[in-house]
Amino acid sequence: MAERSRLELIGRRLLSAVPSVFGVVLVTFVLTRALPGDPAVYFAGMMADEASIAEVRQRLGLDRSWVEQFFAYVWNLLQGDLGRSLMTGRPVLTELAERLPASLELTFVALLFAIGVAVPLGVLAATRPDSWVDHLCRVVVTAGVSLPTFFTGLFLVYIFYFLLGWSPSPLGRLDFLYFPPPHVTGFYTIDSLLAGDFETFRAALNQLALPALTLGLFSLAPIARMTRASMLQTLSADFVRTARAMGLAGSTVLWTYAFRNALLPVITTLGMVFSFMLGANVLVERVFSWPGVGSFAVDALVASDYAAVQGFVLTMALLFVLVNLTIDIIYTLIDPRVGVEG
Amino acid sequence: MSNVPLLEVDDVSIEFRTRSGVVKALEDVSFTVAKGEIVGLVGESGSGKSVSAYAAMGILDAAGVVTKGRIAYQGMAINGAKERDLQALRGREMSMIFQSPRTALNPIRTVGRQIGDVLRRHGGATRQNWRERAIAALAQVRIPDPARRAEAYPFELSGGMCQRICIAMALACEPKLLIADEPTTGLDVTTQAAIMDLIANLCRARGMGALLITHDLHLAAESCDRIVVMHAGHVVETGPVQALFARPLHPYTASLLAATPSPDRSLDDIGAIPGNLPDLRAPLPPCRYRTRCQRALEVCDREPLPALVEGKKEGTQGAFGPLHPQPTANAAGQLRSGDGSAVAPGGTGGQNPPHPNHHTVRCWNPLRTEEAA
Repeated sequence: MAERSRLELIGRRLLSAVPSVFGVVLVTFVLTRALPGDPAVYFAGMMADEASIAEVRQRLGLDRSWVEQFFAYVWNLLQGDLGRSLMTGRPVLTELAERLPASLELTFVALLFAIGVAVPLGVLAATRPDSWVDHLCRVVVTAGVSLPTFFTGLFLVYIFYFLLGWSPSPLGRLDFLYFPPPHVTGFYTIDSLLAGDFETFRAALNQLALPALTLGLFSLAPIARMTRASMLQTLSADFVRTARAMGLAGSTVLWTYAFRNALLPVITTLGMVFSFMLGANVLVERVFSWPGVGSFAVDALVASDYAAVQGFVLTMALLFVLVNLTIDIIYTLIDPRVGVEG
Repeated sequence: MSNVPLLEVDDVSIEFRTRSGVVKALEDVSFTVAKGEIVGLVGESGSGKSVSAYAAMGILDAAGVVTKGRIAYQGMAINGAKERDLQALRGREMSMIFQSPRTALNPIRTVGRQIGDVLRRHGGATRQNWRERAIAALAQVRIPDPARRAEAYPFELSGGMCQRICIAMALACEPKLLIADEPTTGLDVTTQAAIMDLIANLCRARGMGALLITHDLHLAAESCDRIVVMHAGHVVETGPVQALFARPLHPYTASLLAATPSPDRSLDDIGAIPGNLPDLRAPLPPCRYRTRCQRALEVCDREPLPALVEGKKEGTQGAFGPLHPQPTANAAGQLRSGDGSAVAPGGTGGQNPPHPNHHTVRCWNPLRTEEAA
């Protein structure tokens, strides 16, 4: 009974994502149309006269009604056509496809680092209230919230590159001495391992360390805080008291009973943190010259490259939907109560 | 060894160190639970019943400290024992069921698995057979269709069913002592009766000792052999169930009984107990019922409170004799209880250890038999 209803729930979640995706497409369309400035004027160039602007407008389909334009836009999207970037002259889809793995690799590594530090820190702080771990947790949470990422990034570069010389120069994904590994996933670390090239793997990891640390420190705080609060709550819950009264081993009580229940709000937080990180990426990529979608989007915005901005917003929004969908599905797998009360 | 009670709480004081001050939750609390008997621990909310139970299980909050006395399970000290030793004891030798059974179970683990966890820890169940053992444990508490119930999560079951599951879990490893902390609170009346029958029958069938914590005097009267009455962290009266309910000695017990509704008593006759429990953080008088008591005398401010046993004490004129030798024997000689009879100092005491079946009271001015009637 339980298994089938779970699959059904997951299927329903997937279906419920469809309206979100449609909404995202609609909003990006309206948003770019609502931006100030006339794309036709930009496309026609500096020296264009009225006639050529009108001609460009007609060629771009901008003289038609919004409804017609919208269907044309959706039709193009379905064929994978996001338009052409003004800055590079290449299709926006190609640009994004090349840069997205860089951003995702950075975000995932940073998230893994943040989880790896914040979750144990939160658990330890909750099990030993008022100990030094608890105080450390408080300091980390406060620092993580109050330090802006560009500051942390520059500070880390100053220490580990300029003063200590432990890190390579903060310029991009790979030192110029190395060639990128053959493209499989687009993640340099994974691709170099797949190719068995440990030298490149180490170089890619060195390059990745500081930006991932910067982004990770930023996202550590909410995860640690939520883990600590959630653990404190489950540790004082009735069912943990029952488990203790039944003489279950301390580790069983802590991990199987308290921690698994405490995970639920932590997972929700992870979803939000991931979304924040996609935003924070923009700054971190700037500081470390990371060739990701964030820095591309900033350049595109400055250059009024609407197709590129539109493509970026669409990609980010789809990622948000995807992340929330994943969180929902994980929730459905962990918590048997999901979907029952509703 | 046969004289050693299952659970012995001897002169125990417990304090909670909180930010708003030290809460003197228990003071000089003594009671025992023997094999095969059901002892009721009654009193208002906040009188220290649950704290006594948690201390007996060794699962007091970190803020709670046993400052005095000894808690022992079959002669083995509980307070001061290593957590590892206590873990080996809990669930196997002594176990506990709680009020609000739905929150007492892990919400995201099937009930069968939760019982399996206990069986694998204490009952020698293995990775292969825990499931059958858990189903067997469910069948023992007469849960219909145990194999299907074992796969259920707590939220899929009723409160009464969850309490049965808790009982099954507590009894899975056949403990010798069961502590039930308000096991029927929040359940409807028919379920209450069924749950109490179940506990009482299992106790009798297995010769298990049980400590039943409740504020429901009817429930206590029906299921218990002996009653321990607590008020504000003191044990004020103990005795066999018939004697205690027929002739309450302590004014508090009498008020509790008068405050209990029953079919043959109109609501107007039910007397509320005046006042509230005293603030246990503030300095307290020797008798913590002093401010609520209508029989209070000047002598009630003297320390320490007497521990009196009803009747049969040779060489005294009154109905009561001291249970323990009085540490302040010189003062006690001049004291008079309310009805004018002398409270004799226990100068010759010590040769007869108090029998748990004696009806005892800690009060300078207890009710006389004729007054209680």
